[in-house]
Amino acid sequence: MSILVKSDTKLLVQGITGSFGARHTQLSLAYGTQVVAGVTPGKGGQLFENKVPIFDTVAQAMKQTGATASAIFVPPPFAADAILEGVDAGLDLVVCITEGIPVNDMVKVKRAMEGKKTRLIGPNCPGVVTPGGGKDSYGGCRIGIAPGYIHKKGKIGVVSRSGTLTYEAVWQLTCRGVGQSTCVGIGGDPVNGTSHLDVIKMFNADPETEGIIMIGEIGGSAEEEAAEWIQKNCKKPVAGFIAGATAPPGRRMGHAGAIVSGGKGTAAAKIAAFKAAGIGIAATPSEMADTLLKMM
Amino acid sequence: MNIHEYQAKQLLAQYGVAVPEGDVCDTPEAARKIAETLLAKGATLIAVKSQIHSGGRGKGTFKSGYQGGVKLCKTADDVYEKAKAMLGNVLVTKQTGAEGRLVSKLLIAAAPHIDKELYLAVLLDRSSSRPIVMASTEGGMDIEEVAAKTPEKIVKETIDPAVGIMPYQARKISAALGLKGDLIAQGAKLLMGVYKTSWECDASLVEINPLCIIQGADGKPTLMAVDAKLSLDDNALYRHQNIQAMRDLNEEAPLEIEASKYSLNYIKLDGNIACLVNGAGLAMATMDIIQHFGGRPANFLDVGGGASKEQVTAAFKIILQDPHVKGILVNIFGGIMDCNVIATGIVAAVKETGLKLPLVVRLEGNNVDAGKKTLADSGLPIISGTSMSDAAQRVVKEVKN
Repeated sequence: MSILVKSDTKLLVQGITGSFGARHTQLSLAYGTQVVAGVTPGKGGQLFENKVPIFDTVAQAMKQTGATASAIFVPPPFAADAILEGVDAGLDLVVCITEGIPVNDMVKVKRAMEGKKTRLIGPNCPGVVTPGGGKDSYGGCRIGIAPGYIHKKGKIGVVSRSGTLTYEAVWQLTCRGVGQSTCVGIGGDPVNGTSHLDVIKMFNADPETEGIIMIGEIGGSAEEEAAEWIQKNCKKPVAGFIAGATAPPGRRMGHAGAIVSGGKGTAAAKIAAFKAAGIGIAATPSEMADTLLKMM
Repeated sequence: MNIHEYQAKQLLAQYGVAVPEGDVCDTPEAARKIAETLLAKGATLIAVKSQIHSGGRGKGTFKSGYQGGVKLCKTADDVYEKAKAMLGNVLVTKQTGAEGRLVSKLLIAAAPHIDKELYLAVLLDRSSSRPIVMASTEGGMDIEEVAAKTPEKIVKETIDPAVGIMPYQARKISAALGLKGDLIAQGAKLLMGVYKTSWECDASLVEINPLCIIQGADGKPTLMAVDAKLSLDDNALYRHQNIQAMRDLNEEAPLEIEASKYSLNYIKLDGNIACLVNGAGLAMATMDIIQHFGGRPANFLDVGGGASKEQVTAAFKIILQDPHVKGILVNIFGGIMDCNVIATGIVAAVKETGLKLPLVVRLEGNNVDAGKKTLADSGLPIISGTSMSDAAQRVVKEVKN
């Protein structure tokens, strides 16, 4: 099993004809992901790469192809609209890769999503990968921009705000012959659709996930909230790393959400919360996989 | 992006928030003229305020030895003298660091008679993903200190973005601030104006500290935003041309401006090991691992997911402009990007800049073998790290030797 997506999940891509969206759709197709539709308003009726039909609206694409998940690659000014189009159409999962969406747009999107069935991952995230059983994990479901080949089908769940740091953890696992159930990048923005805690709960409930790597970074208190829940409820070993111990307060470290302000969101506070919750702490990012494997 | 106090007050005034009358200037002569006008209109005290992006200006010290970046004056001549002492000089506050900031503009404003100082802010509450209004009766103080020592003196009201701030919420906060009678309605109006400024300008923080109860012209108490701080959401600047025009490049580090021209995200720190990394999370983690092994990172530098040869070269040039740098660590996890493209970029950059400092490179990912071969065949003294941890230890050792 896996969480969020399976090998046969039918995916549509919003913004499939833009250069970024097109490149990563090609990579997902090459990975064996079931990309069944694209959406670009005004280009309905055309084909992407001579095989994937393009539609004008998400609702049309869903109706014609049975897609249940979406990857969004549209530019920031149009991303909030694209997310809510996916929600309105009734998709199960919307993964927004777009970086640079105004915070207030996401505040409105989250408010509008209350009570809706759609789950949003991101924005400003690498996406979701459930590795497949083929060579270099071929045949899995790759939504977003993560390199597919670094994965291996298996039983470790990985959740992180950051892209390259997720790849680092995944690659450490794969190099030790340990596979992953699902890898989820929740994104580096201050307002996002899915939190560390949401993903941890799913991993905890997934019978085939046996251990979890949780990677956090400075800013906010999402890691602390997840740690508190883990302490009380999580049945599986969790190892973690927090990036940003050396970041000066008041400076945004690349990600809009990665900022220590008003004395809150420091790495020290998050690491203390992890320790209190019995989460194994990787002293350096080189030891994320080993820290978890020692606990299992 | 941050803006100056006078700019924040301009925005607030557009939304009906009362601010002290005044104007901005860049010469002592102009300062005198503004003061004369304000005195003629009945002001009895004039504030001369240094305009730099920093708190603690009043308690700051100029490098010239002159004490205080905010002064109160009774005459236009005094305003002229104070302005002369501040303009063109570097002000050091507890927030600027030792290098301080050059004061090139002053806000000259009427200083009202203050009866009581309050605190008001609008910011994002990340756990609810909604804006909150935060207020306290303890104005004029460091709010972090209030939060730590007397958290019960801070009131918070969460705003539903579907309807925006409602008048009852504004009245509730006014009452919690101890306002009475006419001031309740006045406070509510001001609060709604501050919230509207925050929401419509896409601010990430609006802070009014102090918000003051002052004696109005008619002798009755009235409310006024005596100081104001406003930070904007960079992602939303594209839809606010008027605010983009408020950017003051003098307030930004020259190397950071240079880096932004190449879409590089660079932040200077005070260590001596420079790092060049792809991805913000990995860049932070690289700084951390340098420190873990006893070194000190000189910067945060994220070259992004699809760095080109030009960007890598530009990144090296920026790193090398920091005179404290004694060694460089390149940490690339090439997921989609080709490690050999990065390696070729590194070799070109080293040759072009004539790099003499120790350089440790850790490459991992797509086409990594070709990348490592390119580095090895270059004939350059590039040290290869086998893992993040190995690379960090090597660069720390090189810099200590």
